[in-house]
Amino acid sequence: MRRPAKAGAKDRMSYRESSEVAREPVASGGTEYRETLVARGLTKIYRTGDVEVQALRGVDFVLYEGELAVLLGPSGSGKSTLLNILGGLDIPTAGDVRFRDHVLTGAGDNELTVFRREHVGFVFQFYNLIPSLTARENVSLVTEIAPNPLDPADALALVGLAERLGGEQQRVAIARAIAKQPEILLCDEPTGALDSKTGVLVLEAIARVNRELGTSTALITHNRTVAGMADRVIHIADGLIAAVERNERRIEPRALSW
Amino acid sequence: MRALDRKLLRELWRLRGQALAVAIVMASGVAVLVMSLSTLEALQATTAAYYERNRFADVFASAVRAPLRVADRIAALPGVQTVDARIAEYATLDIEGFAEPAIGRLTSIPERTQPALNRLVLRSGRWIEPNSPDEVLVSEPFAQAHHLVPGDRFGALINGHRRTLTVAGTALSPEFVYALGPGALMPDDKRFGVIWMGRKALESAYDLTGAFNNVAVALLRGTDPDVVIGEIDRLLEPYGGVNAIARADQLSNWFVMNEIEQLKTMSTVLPAIFLSVAAFLTYMVLTRLIATERSEIGLLKAFGYRNWQVAWHYTKFVLAIALVGIALGSVLGALFGLHNTRQYAAFFRFPLLIYRPSPVAFLTAAAVSVAVTLGGALAAVRRVVALPPAEAMLAPTPVAFRRSRLATLSIARWLDQPTRIAVRQIIRWPVRSAFTSLGIALAVSLLVMGLQWQDSIAWMAEKYFYDSQRQSMMIGLAERQAMMPTVEAFRHLPGVLTAEPMRIVGADFSVGTRKHRGAITGVPQNTMLQPIYDDASGREVRVPPGGLVLSTRLAEKLGVAVGDRVRVDVHEGRRPSVSLPVAGLFETLIAMPAYMDLGALNRLLKERPSARYVNLLVDPRAEPALFAKLKSLPKVSAIMVKQAAVDSFYDTIGDQILIYIGIFSGFAAALGFGVAYNSARIALSERGRELATLRVLGFRRGEISYILLAQVALLIVAALPVGCLIGRGLTMFIARSLDSELYRLPQVIEPSTYGWAIVLTLLATTVSAALVRRRIDRLDLIRVLKTRE
Repeated sequence: MRRPAKAGAKDRMSYRESSEVAREPVASGGTEYRETLVARGLTKIYRTGDVEVQALRGVDFVLYEGELAVLLGPSGSGKSTLLNILGGLDIPTAGDVRFRDHVLTGAGDNELTVFRREHVGFVFQFYNLIPSLTARENVSLVTEIAPNPLDPADALALVGLAERLGGEQQRVAIARAIAKQPEILLCDEPTGALDSKTGVLVLEAIARVNRELGTSTALITHNRTVAGMADRVIHIADGLIAAVERNERRIEPRALSW
Repeated sequence: MRALDRKLLRELWRLRGQALAVAIVMASGVAVLVMSLSTLEALQATTAAYYERNRFADVFASAVRAPLRVADRIAALPGVQTVDARIAEYATLDIEGFAEPAIGRLTSIPERTQPALNRLVLRSGRWIEPNSPDEVLVSEPFAQAHHLVPGDRFGALINGHRRTLTVAGTALSPEFVYALGPGALMPDDKRFGVIWMGRKALESAYDLTGAFNNVAVALLRGTDPDVVIGEIDRLLEPYGGVNAIARADQLSNWFVMNEIEQLKTMSTVLPAIFLSVAAFLTYMVLTRLIATERSEIGLLKAFGYRNWQVAWHYTKFVLAIALVGIALGSVLGALFGLHNTRQYAAFFRFPLLIYRPSPVAFLTAAAVSVAVTLGGALAAVRRVVALPPAEAMLAPTPVAFRRSRLATLSIARWLDQPTRIAVRQIIRWPVRSAFTSLGIALAVSLLVMGLQWQDSIAWMAEKYFYDSQRQSMMIGLAERQAMMPTVEAFRHLPGVLTAEPMRIVGADFSVGTRKHRGAITGVPQNTMLQPIYDDASGREVRVPPGGLVLSTRLAEKLGVAVGDRVRVDVHEGRRPSVSLPVAGLFETLIAMPAYMDLGALNRLLKERPSARYVNLLVDPRAEPALFAKLKSLPKVSAIMVKQAAVDSFYDTIGDQILIYIGIFSGFAAALGFGVAYNSARIALSERGRELATLRVLGFRRGEISYILLAQVALLIVAALPVGCLIGRGLTMFIARSLDSELYRLPQVIEPSTYGWAIVLTLLATTVSAALVRRRIDRLDLIRVLKTRE
């Protein structure tokens, strides 16, 4: 098995409540929480002509193995920028990102590509499926380049596409993201374009992947309700982490509604 | 198949119209390239094989009468391999059912065997019998033109004696691949034929026993013909030798080689135009595809596809188009090539035809096309590589729309809103608009260039046959005749209105190290029938009492101007070497003639007034009577009837030109279509949303089509005059590159040619507009508005 031993997905984690720092785990019951992704002092400034936008203003963030973290914040708060940087899609203006023992900051395009190819799965708000390809071919697109992929059919089954329930496009996108068995799953507003009912189906698929594959998952949303399914909720506002909450109990997505 | 490749195929299918338009343009270039290269190869291979197998000679010379031992001395020259001493004369032929006298070139052959050089290919019948002096072999085209078969007879006036000759067989010779009669511009198989006769029969007919008047020489490999030519000239000089020439200057071969040169020009200039336009179109289509697939590109990169993998994906897209273009072009090119080669084989009389297009032609075409495609793709694909994945996932930054100058211009007030949109779109994408216009302009220019061919030829024929030759026929005399009595005699023939003497003597012109081997044409000072006509000014140049009037090209070659002196070594009579002043210059398209007063020419040769030619102006109604009389005149060795020459000129050129223009127009139209179609389709794809919005606002289909198509139409309109100008330049360039010592193509473009080029371009672009219009009409409002871009 390529995958390192990880904390049991069912284990409940406990955190020291902190309003400023989202990186200090507090071990409970002797369980050790390993850091998958660590970001320190991230700032990101976009320049468009004369206009300068500061999207991140010094963010510290840790994604632990096997956890499901929800990044909650209004639009324009910098969540997508953070997610893109964590996923190696974008480069911070300042600060460091580390994946396990690898420092991603300063890595070249090639290293970032390998990082994305081998370790990260992305889910986007608008699915970003290739329209000219079928569901299975969209998944194959990823399995063909990943070192240890699932069978596309298995990936589709995992997100429940054996049954036709709705939210299918986004579930195909999830299948595509997890088919490579990534360590990290990054979801950018996966339910943003969906109604409550189909949104729940999609969240269930994400929760199931997190549970069954133990994929460290970060999910962006502006929907407060969704935060209930997370191990941790990180509140982001104005390019900063405003607060980190730990949910004592994860709510099953099917119990959510908005 | 990999998922990415599947995506590729589906994209290709979705964009099939555009892809096909690009492929067609590319196919045109490939077709021209393959056609010219394969024809070139075929012509070269056929010529080489024919020459080799039939031992085509390397040097040719003639004399008045040289004893056979001189031939042995030629054979002993260093570098000489084989010598064939022959008898060659002109005779008038009288073919039953053909009113005009035809001209036969009599050439001697051994009675029992093939000649040592310039061996014949027997096409029908058999070789001549040793003891039948009246048996001859006839050149196949002449036999075909007169339906002569072995056993048929015809009359000939040989050295003043009327003979009846029997056709033993028909033959072809490498010496007469392009069989041109004396004074003719185009082969005329009815009026000129080659007759091979036994050596003994010709010896006795021309009193040349133990002698020869023509010699063909084969050289050892690597021998410089010029050195041998000098030696042969020296050996033959005492025997009235004139102008030994190398194979390169041999008339028939010269024409074949000239054609090969033309094909080479064609194989570079034209494909270059088509393929560069194809590269531009590739760039346009690919850039657009990449723009619409921005987020897909970002996605692939987010998944971990490497830059080169994404770049390769889009490169494969254009390579697939190129592949279709290459395949289509190769097939078309091979077909045209075969057709072309067949044309050549018929035009040039080759007994064999080697059309085996080597892989080189196709590989060259494919390699060039792929290189061009990649060149076009490179710029577009570089954007893919440069695109950061996170940014690619976002919608592109909107173009910073500024209030253009147009809005402030006073004419803007005269434009309605849709027209303003169209104009603004052009102003906002100046480079792309310029390239679109340029593409259309190139289509126009190719049409101008193709159609103009006809104008040039008509103009050339007009100048040559009518303006500078006023005679209705030119009579060649068997030998020099006393001028006045001869002219008087011809003046009294039936139907002759005027007769004028003329003389042409071979001569070498030289000024310092510059040399030209040519001839001096002597005409009477008050000539009416053969004036020195200046093509440039359209005026006649007065024949000066002394001195030379040179064609400008000869003057250029010698580097002289009026007033300078030219050294002239005459090859006839007492062979004087004199220095003559240049008294005048004139412009002509055909050959590099030099004129002189006939009286002065005769004095120069220290001969009493004499002539070799008589020009006649004839009453057409009396022609049959005159022809009948001419057939029996012993002094006559050649008759050139102008109308016949004009007719054969057009007959020969007519079909070729039509096919050439047809092929050309097809390709040019494809080019215009491809550019216009792609421009309109790309505009539609970029602005579908905008147009759909306008439809929602209440604009009619016609109105939104107008916005889109007006933009393309404006670019086309701008392209038309530019295309005409480029066409002019292209014509000039092609004319220059086809320029030879034998003729120069005039750069004449009739207004109607521009008109036709414009009409054809408009037709091609209208078809593309109509196709796009259909798409606009089918625009799905809801779907377009929903797409996120």
